Amino acid sequence: MELFTNQVLAGVATGAIYACMALAVVMIYQAIDHLNFAQGEMAMFSTFISWQLMQWGIPYWWAFLLTLAISFAGGILIERLLFKPLAKAPVLTNVAGFIALFAIVNSVAGLIWDFTIKQYPTPFGSSPFLGSQLISTHQAGMIGVTLLMLVGLYLFFQFTRIGLAMRAAAALPESARLVGVNTSWMIALGWGMASAIGAVAGILIAPVVFLEPNMMGGVLVYGFAAAVLGGLSSPLGAVIGGFLVGVFENLAGTYIPGVGNELKLPIALALIITVLVFKPAGLFGRAIVKRV
Amino acid sequence: MSAAAEDAVTEAPAVEAVPKRAMTLGTGTSLVILAALLVTPIFVKNFVVFQMTMVMIYGIAVLALNILTGGSGQFSLGQSAFYALGAYTSAVLMEVANVNYALTLPIAGLVAFGAGYLFGKPALRLSGIYLALATFALAVAMPQLLKLHFLEHWTGGVQGLTVMKPDAPFGLPIGQDKWLYYFTLAISLAIYIGSINLLRSRSGRAFMSIRDNEIAASAMGVDVAQYKTLAFGVSAGITGIAGGLSAIVVAFVAPDSYTINLAIALFLGMVVGGVGWLPGSFVGAAFIIFVPNIAESISKGLSGAVFGVLLFLVIFLVPHGARQVAMVAQHLLGKLTKKN
Repeated sequence: MELFTNQVLAGVATGAIYACMALAVVMIYQAIDHLNFAQGEMAMFSTFISWQLMQWGIPYWWAFLLTLAISFAGGILIERLLFKPLAKAPVLTNVAGFIALFAIVNSVAGLIWDFTIKQYPTPFGSSPFLGSQLISTHQAGMIGVTLLMLVGLYLFFQFTRIGLAMRAAAALPESARLVGVNTSWMIALGWGMASAIGAVAGILIAPVVFLEPNMMGGVLVYGFAAAVLGGLSSPLGAVIGGFLVGVFENLAGTYIPGVGNELKLPIALALIITVLVFKPAGLFGRAIVKRV
Repeated sequence: MSAAAEDAVTEAPAVEAVPKRAMTLGTGTSLVILAALLVTPIFVKNFVVFQMTMVMIYGIAVLALNILTGGSGQFSLGQSAFYALGAYTSAVLMEVANVNYALTLPIAGLVAFGAGYLFGKPALRLSGIYLALATFALAVAMPQLLKLHFLEHWTGGVQGLTVMKPDAPFGLPIGQDKWLYYFTLAISLAIYIGSINLLRSRSGRAFMSIRDNEIAASAMGVDVAQYKTLAFGVSAGITGIAGGLSAIVVAFVAPDSYTINLAIALFLGMVVGGVGWLPGSFVGAAFIIFVPNIAESISKGLSGAVFGVLLFLVIFLVPHGARQVAMVAQHLLGKLTKKN
């Protein structure tokens, strides 16, 4: 039983990472109906920016806020420069664009900060949380920040004018335009927010997986799995999906014989395919009904 | 009727429709290119011959993806999995069962066809980005599956398998690389002609009707589910043959040669070559083999960035890839001949 609780708690802790990533994926999917394959690399780049700011002697929380602002602006810039012209292009072209962005960001980060592994500080410390041996204060902090972000997003989308406008632009672009919503800028805003959320995810993960240009590869796949499990149209679903994937991954690694560490990734992917086949809308997503 | 309701009926297809004629090259052009391909190996170094062989092999794989995407309008980011399956089938048959290398190719194709057909069954329910995601998952999982312990006896685990490179038969006086070049050329040609015929057949027209409008296709009596799975199977089978060829030509298979990067490369090859334009597959294959080298020579540290920028340039300047370039060239040529 102790092993079980241990594994579940550890799963929830890693799940927090996937939840952040899934949240960023869902943000962009809501805005433009595409999965951003470069999301992980953008998050990695943001994390490097915050690391650089700290190297220049800026305190942690100021660097954190500054990074969020830079990532937000960067996300908008990428949308305006590269992806706005592709808005009407076929899906294939967009996917190729994301892959190109992936290659560029990864390579530039490698050139500026090289490929050696770097330590990244945590503001929460790494002592046992509340005297328990199960999770550390950093993991608890990670879960806390993820939930805070979710609440923040919920309040933003439910109770602010601009949040409402963004939802309108995503749901019915034509009608939104008719009532005076600038849908084009709402998409840019979605990119900015996704980029900032990704930055938070990167900063939270960096103390665990260490900082290097390829740190997000695996995490993004799990983020996709989480987003699909929870439903690509639901931010709450994405977060719950993230925790579920984390727990599932850990339990499968512990209890299913022969899985161990080497099959953890295929397990996550089998999960994606199973969910897609049996419940394509995910646990919390809206089923899309097409009119014929 | 509101615009939104109309949109629901004629939702923009994921892939633009390509007229059937525009999918191939004219007979004259094809013969000139074939003649050039036949004589080139006599004049160039063995390494270049090897690279050209690889272009053809990747070309076959891109062609397979093109049948799936350009033909039936379905996505796949998981072609590397079928490529790996074909490569491993060939390698294991040659090394463990001592089967002749040429005979392993049809078996590799059949195994990959079966796997693709089975994967296509559940994938039927998915479309667009969801299908891309499911196949992406397959591609990421494949290297891990090939490393499994209980398969190690056959697959050689992480180490992979080394394969004997075959000599030219009947005592022909040409080296291994050149023989494999002609061998690959013959197979590419057969697959290319076969694919054109497939797309012009009843099945091919069924694929294209599904690509252009699924609802209309099923209303006309096309068995959508059957043809979608069939397209997946055929595409996987051809990719498997390409994989088998690569195992023979490279003389080595290892799990890490078949990562998601290979699937992405094949996908890019299709976009660069022009979706739905079969000859473009080979142009796209040349792009994915040579451009990373060019990028490396421009800047070592930034090769990824240079590659990405080049890709963006292609997307922005010639969104229809090599097909567009070919059409502009044909147009200009037509103008010139008229003036004279």
